[in-house]
Amino acid sequence: MTLLITIIAAVISTVIWYTSSKARELKVGILLYMFWGASLMWLVDAVVEYLEVGAEYFEPAAKDMLNDAFLGISVVALAFTVWMVYLLIKDPQNTVKKLLTEKRTGNK
Amino acid sequence: MACFIVPATEAVVTTVIQKVVKKNEEKKDSNGSETKLRFSEKLKWLNGMLWGGSGLLAFEHLWHGEITPFFPFLTAANDPADTAAMLHEMATSGSAMAILVTAVWAVAAVAADKITAVQKNEKKKACAEA
Repeated sequence: MTLLITIIAAVISTVIWYTSSKARELKVGILLYMFWGASLMWLVDAVVEYLEVGAEYFEPAAKDMLNDAFLGISVVALAFTVWMVYLLIKDPQNTVKKLLTEKRTGNK
Repeated sequence: MACFIVPATEAVVTTVIQKVVKKNEEKKDSNGSETKLRFSEKLKWLNGMLWGGSGLLAFEHLWHGEITPFFPFLTAANDPADTAAMLHEMATSGSAMAILVTAVWAVAAVAADKITAVQKNEKKKACAEA
């Protein structure tokens, strides 16, 4: 479930990155790296588990599935948080800089 | 258990390599040449996937209680039997993860070079026809 959620997030961010120049400007590429990197790594985990347990891999217990889904959503939230912090630090449109300068001149 | 350590270690190495390659390319560029996609730029993709992927995997390990914020940081390191299992997992799953990510990056890098070459050829043809 975690793998599935991460792959869906990776595909959605790739489509957004591909179609929108605004998204590229806002460094959505960072999300692509994180989601695709993690998807590939979890894919290896999934293959290893499949080799160990066989078809049972596709019949997880409801409790495990729920926990994995919760983890998957948390992973997506973490990736978005990392991207947001990166965006604020890099400030590609100088929004933060402009706001801070306006405040400073306003204070004077 | 700690499989993400292998791609994270590769990420450290490739990041250092990328910095060195970037410096060398900048020196070459100041001499005036090269217009194709830089190798350092392509290495940045690999670094991104390795750092991003191992970061999210580290979070998963934290979620499952396999990482702790105090020494020795890995719960499997507390017991010799668990340590052996952890090292085995690092050698198998961890290496496979690093290899898969690197292989996907290599395919993407080659594809990017081919696309750039095709675009260059098309431009040349258009110039020759004009």
